[in-house]
Amino acid sequence: MRSKYEVVIGLEVHVQLSTATKIFCGCSTDFGNEPNSQTCPVCLGLPGVLPTLNRQVVENAILAGLATHCDIAPRSIFARKNYFYPDLPKGYQISQFELPICIGGYLDIETEDRGQSRIGITRIHMEEDAGKLIHPETPGASYSLVDLNRACTPLLEVVSEPDMRSADEAVAYLKKLHQTVVFLGVSDGNMEEGSFRCDANVSVRPVGQKEFGTRAELKNINSFRFVKQAIEYEIERQIDVVEGGGTVVQETRLFDSNTGLTRSMRGKEEAHDYRYFPDPDLVPLIISKEWVGQVRERLPELPEAKMERYISDMGLPRQDAEVLSGEKAMAEYFEACVELHGTPKTCANWVMGEITRALNEDSLSIAACPLAPERLTAMLKRIDDKTISGTIAKTVFQEMWTSGKSADEIIEEKGLKQVTDTGAIEKVVDDIIAANPAQAEEYRAGKKKLMGFFVGQVMKASKGKANPQAVNEILKKKLAG
Amino acid sequence: MELTDLTLHELRGLLAEKKVSSTELTKIFLERIAAVNSKVNAFIKVVEEEALQAAAKADQRLQTGDTAPLTGIPLALKDIFITEGIETTCASKILSGFIPPYDGTAVNRLKKQDAVILGKLNMDEFAMGSSNENSAFGAVKNPWNPACVAGGSSGGSAACVAARMAAATLGTDTGGSIRQPASHCGVVGLKPTYGRVSRYGVIAFASSLDQVGPLTRDVEDCAIMLQAVAGYDPLDSTSIDTPVPDYPAGIKKGVKGLKIGRPKEYFIEGLDPDVASTIDRAIATYRELGAEIVDVSLPHTDYAIACYYLIATAEASSNLARYDGVRFGQRVNPGEGLIEMYRQSRAAGFGPEVKRRIMLGTYALSSGYYDAYYLKAQKVRTLIRQDLNNAFEEVDVLLTPVAPSPAFRIGEKAADPLQMYLSDIFTISVNLAGTCGLSLPCGQSQEGLPIGLQLIGKPFAEETLLRTGYAFEQATDWHLKKAPL
Repeated sequence: MRSKYEVVIGLEVHVQLSTATKIFCGCSTDFGNEPNSQTCPVCLGLPGVLPTLNRQVVENAILAGLATHCDIAPRSIFARKNYFYPDLPKGYQISQFELPICIGGYLDIETEDRGQSRIGITRIHMEEDAGKLIHPETPGASYSLVDLNRACTPLLEVVSEPDMRSADEAVAYLKKLHQTVVFLGVSDGNMEEGSFRCDANVSVRPVGQKEFGTRAELKNINSFRFVKQAIEYEIERQIDVVEGGGTVVQETRLFDSNTGLTRSMRGKEEAHDYRYFPDPDLVPLIISKEWVGQVRERLPELPEAKMERYISDMGLPRQDAEVLSGEKAMAEYFEACVELHGTPKTCANWVMGEITRALNEDSLSIAACPLAPERLTAMLKRIDDKTISGTIAKTVFQEMWTSGKSADEIIEEKGLKQVTDTGAIEKVVDDIIAANPAQAEEYRAGKKKLMGFFVGQVMKASKGKANPQAVNEILKKKLAG
Repeated sequence: MELTDLTLHELRGLLAEKKVSSTELTKIFLERIAAVNSKVNAFIKVVEEEALQAAAKADQRLQTGDTAPLTGIPLALKDIFITEGIETTCASKILSGFIPPYDGTAVNRLKKQDAVILGKLNMDEFAMGSSNENSAFGAVKNPWNPACVAGGSSGGSAACVAARMAAATLGTDTGGSIRQPASHCGVVGLKPTYGRVSRYGVIAFASSLDQVGPLTRDVEDCAIMLQAVAGYDPLDSTSIDTPVPDYPAGIKKGVKGLKIGRPKEYFIEGLDPDVASTIDRAIATYRELGAEIVDVSLPHTDYAIACYYLIATAEASSNLARYDGVRFGQRVNPGEGLIEMYRQSRAAGFGPEVKRRIMLGTYALSSGYYDAYYLKAQKVRTLIRQDLNNAFEEVDVLLTPVAPSPAFRIGEKAADPLQMYLSDIFTISVNLAGTCGLSLPCGQSQEGLPIGLQLIGKPFAEETLLRTGYAFEQATDWHLKKAPL
């Protein structure tokens, strides 16, 4: 039944910018402080105040626009979106309407079902966030409290074209956009704190039909998992409505993450008339080509370019390159290691291997990695100069991870220094051969796989510190004799 | 001769020569307020204690000799100016009890000079009105005849100066709100170019039209007051970063060779005959002073009022949304939920004219009407601005009446808003074009009510207006007439 329908999805994403101060006043944007402690007459919307635009917000919007292949408007306008709500102090939100700062871009994504596809970005505009209401837990309380710390914090709204055809594509687009803004450093992308929120416009139509079906707008979905859930539920719901002979109505629906369902919030006829008009308190924003050029120079390397560089310049396999370039903090960590150590493949192996394993064990993100690249690479250099073996290195690593000590301290304290003195190894080898005459005899008779047994015995006797290569060579020589 | 009869620049001389102290002067003005205000109703609030403290501070500074032009001068402010620690109501019930935690830029600049602020002045609620009858504190009465209006919306600011209760005042002008009451009360009023004075800390009525300006006894005082408040302010994105000339220094240059335009659309049928003849005499005076009088046309003048009442109300409908009873001012909460709290707070807090304009503006911005009203009005605004630009290709200033008639009787137009809106017909274009206009006394009606003339200048040509006005004062004595109070 589902194969008869095509799904059409467009996303509106609100990205909170990580500027130090708010978009129209000098208050801090810190999260989680005492309610109303980060406010001033401007963001409280007191009578007589006027907004002044934060330059950093504009530059972040330009960065986001450039990274998503948008045109940067030489002239854009702030507009007032009028509605009453207690978390909106002025009774209007300053946003952009007819002339946004960025227009006409795209992001390329990849999914298993549809492969590569290009998702259009209609526009990106700047706006201020609202505050939030705190509803008292006392049952039957007749009041709510208002916290305006978040009021006037800067947001970008990124509006896509209705180019996605499945929940998976929506998730892939969202992840790509998230990755992009985090790489740009314009947002922390923290979904739990609401720094990256998404509304989804979803409709279905019979395969082959040109016109779009009637859409429902799903509000405020704040995780990748919920986006998939909400859209998939909504697709099923709309198909059921159509199959049941009904028609989908245009409405706003709220996703409930507890049940995985969406429910109607308001219909088309209850839709607000926001009475947008240009904000007379702010002059048109004029952005010169020179300004765009200056910002373009600050555009960091984005994941795709990084991945290509890791493959072509560093000679990494595609799979490694993809993993290491996919997350900003991961890429930064890896690149710091390469810078300090010099051999990309070795660094890649350790970052993707031991580091990732230890992080997972401790449920840490790479941004919170207790082992700085300097400490890791200092240890890798001890492998390179044969102070320790690769096997011993794993022991040293674990100790470094938990103790905070340097590799050299640990090697010294625990006496893990590799024995490369052939005289000392020869003595151990002689002792082992002497202690195991039967096995030595069998080896000489042709049972070559006993070599493993002898190596194991020698390593055991040297507490793992003997250089394995030297052990191999000496054993071969002595057993042959 | 009373000290309160003197101009600001005369009082400044006395303070500099230490013939009087700011404290003495402040006390004298406070006494004058106590004696006269009940007849005029210009002050909403007098802040005696703060004023005397400021005067004491000014006296210390006067001792050092390191003074500013307004040091120790008693002034008063329209209650639209945000004043830290002093209740600011905009003459509306909805803001009763609102004590701001900050000072606006213009107020700050006065305080930096150690001017003395005597109190807050009556006005039309949220500056919406042309007669100062729309006030939660009652109408302001004209000091020349208490049965007549003082004009609006800065009626308190004009009446205060005319009744000599402060050396000078600040008002705001959105469609004539400084110039028209100045004309009705026989004082000088200047509406500077949009962007010349910061709007930060001035309660917004219509943001693209509002501008701060002085009301004073004569042109020289006006130049001194403008000097104090003019200039770029980073807190107001619409203020303009262009040099501020020395206004008082420029007033004496005369008008010889100045080209004065007489826009024919401003000399219409229905213009009060006393006003018409007075303006004609003023034109004759300028001719005698060596100015050249040129007839010009501003063809879109007829559309100015309609255009204004769409743009101003649209902006106001949004600007006044913050008065919702949530964070400050009056809240009426019957306990029937949020929407009812909004409704009843606003219903009880706003007066009828404010409600009318909020409704007009909300309608003009509504989906489906925006293009026909708001957008169209913006296009007409451009045409009106072009009219003025074209005229200024030919002339240096325009000379017009300020209002179609002298001050009318209290209550006379209160029932007919359209008739009331027509009072602003000669002043509104200046706001729509964003340029400057000066109103100064130029005669009296047969009933003895003051009549003003308006000089309109190019953007940022306040200096030209002031010297043109000053030249008139030197040739006449209308600015010396005192309201019989």
